[in-house]
Amino acid sequence: MWLRPAHRYLSLCYNANMRAKVEIKGIREGLLITLGEGEWDERHAALLEHIQARADFFRGARVALDVGNQILHVLELSRLRDELSDRGITLWAVLSQSPTTEQTAQTLGLATRLFKPRPERPAPSADTSLDGEAAILVRRTLRSGFKLQHPGHVVVVGDVNPGAEIVAGGDVVVWGRLRGVVHAGAEGNTQAVVCALDLSPTQLRIAGRIALTPQRRGKPQPELARLNGETVVAETWNPGK
Amino acid sequence: MAAKVLTVSSGKGGVGKTTATANLAAALAALGRKVVCIDADIGLRNLDVVMGLENRIVYDIVDVVEGRCRLRQAMIRDKRLPELYLIPAAQTRDKNALSPSDMVHLCDDLRPEMDWILIDSPAGIERGFRNAIAPADIVVVITNPEVSAVRDADRVIGLVEAEEKGPARLIINRLKPEMVRRGDMLATEDVLELLAIDLLGIVPEDEHILMSTNRGTPIVLDGRSLAGQAFRNIARRLQGETVPLLDLEAQGGLMGRIKSLFRPGGS
Repeated sequence: MWLRPAHRYLSLCYNANMRAKVEIKGIREGLLITLGEGEWDERHAALLEHIQARADFFRGARVALDVGNQILHVLELSRLRDELSDRGITLWAVLSQSPTTEQTAQTLGLATRLFKPRPERPAPSADTSLDGEAAILVRRTLRSGFKLQHPGHVVVVGDVNPGAEIVAGGDVVVWGRLRGVVHAGAEGNTQAVVCALDLSPTQLRIAGRIALTPQRRGKPQPELARLNGETVVAETWNPGK
Repeated sequence: MAAKVLTVSSGKGGVGKTTATANLAAALAALGRKVVCIDADIGLRNLDVVMGLENRIVYDIVDVVEGRCRLRQAMIRDKRLPELYLIPAAQTRDKNALSPSDMVHLCDDLRPEMDWILIDSPAGIERGFRNAIAPADIVVVITNPEVSAVRDADRVIGLVEAEEKGPARLIINRLKPEMVRRGDMLATEDVLELLAIDLLGIVPEDEHILMSTNRGTPIVLDGRSLAGQAFRNIARRLQGETVPLLDLEAQGGLMGRIKSLFRPGGS
């Protein structure tokens, strides 16, 4: 699964007096900062203090601010917006249950809702969205003594030298020479395949089967190895087919 | 003047690290550079023997690090070349007597006065190896055209990459052109295809090496030896010169060359 929940909890910080707390969440549109209960002056101070403490984290952020029931007038809100702007933060939305505050925000050109209704989109056609599977891409030569283990698929752009080892839960694809030990479908997936431009592993395993590479004659050709029943078979890639 | 620190390493033992260190040091010194060799093989020292300086050892590298003598006192001046020095290993201690940061500090102390600091690494990839590469600016990996040596070299190259010492450079030692021609020895191309690093030089097998090692006279000082010529060329390449590889085939005689033309799949 590629998608992660949009509302990832990032941090929670308490002010010393435990009343004016500041809560921060990562959302799709940037950061959502929720101010706790208390007087505006106190909450305002707590927010700035919090931002000051982690200035690097906030710099460049797009922030939506949830102020709860707080009634804010143009003067207060525009001052806050400028203060945030001075710290490199863009305030783009203010959320509030107070109609006055909402109106203030609108006057200043700020949004008052996080999720705008999305424009109608044409029904997704089948070929534009695929459920991918987890894989890692390794773009280097794996030298002797290097062991790469991954529960998903493994793609290597480079050589896998003798003495190196790849253990993958899924498939193994090598754009280069594969001469180390390779184990695909290590957790028992008999559908797993191994392919390489030069498939000459010291030892090749798929699920529970072990195969040795026969002596090759002539030029290496791209090959794909898979399980055919109980035996490992390797097929040459043939562009003519 | 700031010296470059070059560490000679191989992983596998017996491929010629110590011989290469002694000869490269002598060749660089013969080119007029100030060179110091450091034997990092604590407990199994032999760079002093190969350089013929064994009987002059008073203090060693552990004495320096542990403050029993000054750095200058442990530097043995070579008999033949005035700007070649050796800091010998301690024979009675083990690799743990030094730490990687000791080596870095030691080399930092030497850098201002020298042009080259050559470190002879012990075999293996443990503490001694890490001591030897810690201060390195350049790592030279020595291998023989033989599967097990190449495998270990590959491992060492991977470790050097992991230490972010930049790409290692390769010397192929003890190549026998005759055996390569017969297909009984890995060819240079086979080694390079696997290791995929910059080739610094190829040193042919040469029985003069054994004789000079036993005598404690670096072979680069012997003008007739082909291996000595190979080491001298490598030293010049280290100095940034472009020197073509030796034509080792030329030693194989006319018949050998004709045969190689007909070798199937020959390059």
